[in-house]
Amino acid sequence: MEYKQAKIGKLLIEIIPDRCDFCGCCVGVCPEDAIELKEAEIRIIAENCTNCSKCIWSCPIEVIKFNKEGILV
Amino acid sequence: MKNYYDIIVVGAGPAGSVAARYAARHGVSVLLLEKDRDVGYPVRCGEAVNKSRITEFIDPDEKWICAHINKFRFVAPNDKEVTLQFREEGYILERRIFDYQLAKLASEEGAEVVTRAYVNGLIIDEDCVRGVKALIRGEEIKIKSKIVIAADGVESRVGRWAGLKTHIDFRDMESCVQVTASNINNINPDTCYFYFGENVAPSGYFWIFPKGNHIANIGLGVSGIIGKKKSALKYFNQFMERRYPDAPFLTSIAGGVPCSVTLKKISSNGIIMTGDAARQVNPLTGGGISSGMIGGSIAGDIAGHSIKRNTTDYLSKYPELWHQQVGKKHEIYNRIKNGIYNFTDDKFNKIADSVLKLPDDKRTLRNVFTTALINQPSLLLDVAKVFIY
Repeated sequence: MEYKQAKIGKLLIEIIPDRCDFCGCCVGVCPEDAIELKEAEIRIIAENCTNCSKCIWSCPIEVIKFNKEGILV
Repeated sequence: MKNYYDIIVVGAGPAGSVAARYAARHGVSVLLLEKDRDVGYPVRCGEAVNKSRITEFIDPDEKWICAHINKFRFVAPNDKEVTLQFREEGYILERRIFDYQLAKLASEEGAEVVTRAYVNGLIIDEDCVRGVKALIRGEEIKIKSKIVIAADGVESRVGRWAGLKTHIDFRDMESCVQVTASNINNINPDTCYFYFGENVAPSGYFWIFPKGNHIANIGLGVSGIIGKKKSALKYFNQFMERRYPDAPFLTSIAGGVPCSVTLKKISSNGIIMTGDAARQVNPLTGGGISSGMIGGSIAGDIAGHSIKRNTTDYLSKYPELWHQQVGKKHEIYNRIKNGIYNFTDDKFNKIADSVLKLPDDKRTLRNVFTTALINQPSLLLDVAKVFIY
């Protein structure tokens, strides 16, 4: 099974930082090293993200979502 | 803090602290960096360990032992319960004290410990890792070293920066939610509870581990393949509403447990990986404390040796030593896990029924597995191997 999607120039993945627990699940499954996690800070490195969605599926507490509008990067 | 250490360990969990201690024993300079402000906190862990697996690394101390465990209770989807007497002793830890003690032991051997030190890159020169870049209290600094030990947990980014493939398949990542709840009155203080079922924790399990004084760690893990349709949090809330609707939560936390075999490559020029970062977790149980400490001890010892012998070539022995001691067992556990993952509720119920027919003294963990896998001869062989080792 191939989950990787083509880069389309739009970041479609969004993390809701206020609800994030900074557990690192998403970072562990990210194939592109596209998530940076500090003690209580998290961000998606837009230029690495391929919108593959694995982080969304592995987030235990539904903090990462798919933004259908897309954020232009 | 200096700008050079022989060995830098990234991450002060059990694997990192043990690695730092075993390295420092060789009389080399060791720096242990922790991203959070406290070693041991936040606790993303069910905190259950087998006593015999940890006493090699730390003398038991009631300060960090919350409960002594001698029974397991498995609860089938139809609520049938199978209780097993555990032949050894288990502990439920107070990780915030336990981890702290492990870091203290490392510091007593001479390792320097720095918290709130966020490592955000590696110094790489001629294809060899020669130190780390870190953000320490707002200041970007470079610290050189001969060897970096990456014990940075589930995220495992440090190894990636050295070109190692550390991310794991989302299906092997168990997404977990756990609370430490009080007023849990209907559990035995010496029993660990495991619940199975499609509605409880598909491709994972739900746990209740007693911490004494009517406090318990209650949580679950489900595979990312499940999280695609329904999150760990939803399963958790469902269970709690049914069983403990009024229990106050003293802490609640999310976490990820990499339940796979060890990474193919856990060492490279100037860097070795250990603990969750190297995916050294027991993939069947999701337990990573004792295996992380074993990994850390091998990694630390080898790194210390390498510095003493003035050759980092010695690092290449690490994967083989890990594989011999623990890694090959994890390969078997992983195959068993993959078998159990696909069990239906009906299958779990039938296993419970068959085990309950066994006389009490025959109800061992081995017999439970044998009963569970009776129709899958190939897995049965795997189970046999586990118990022969």
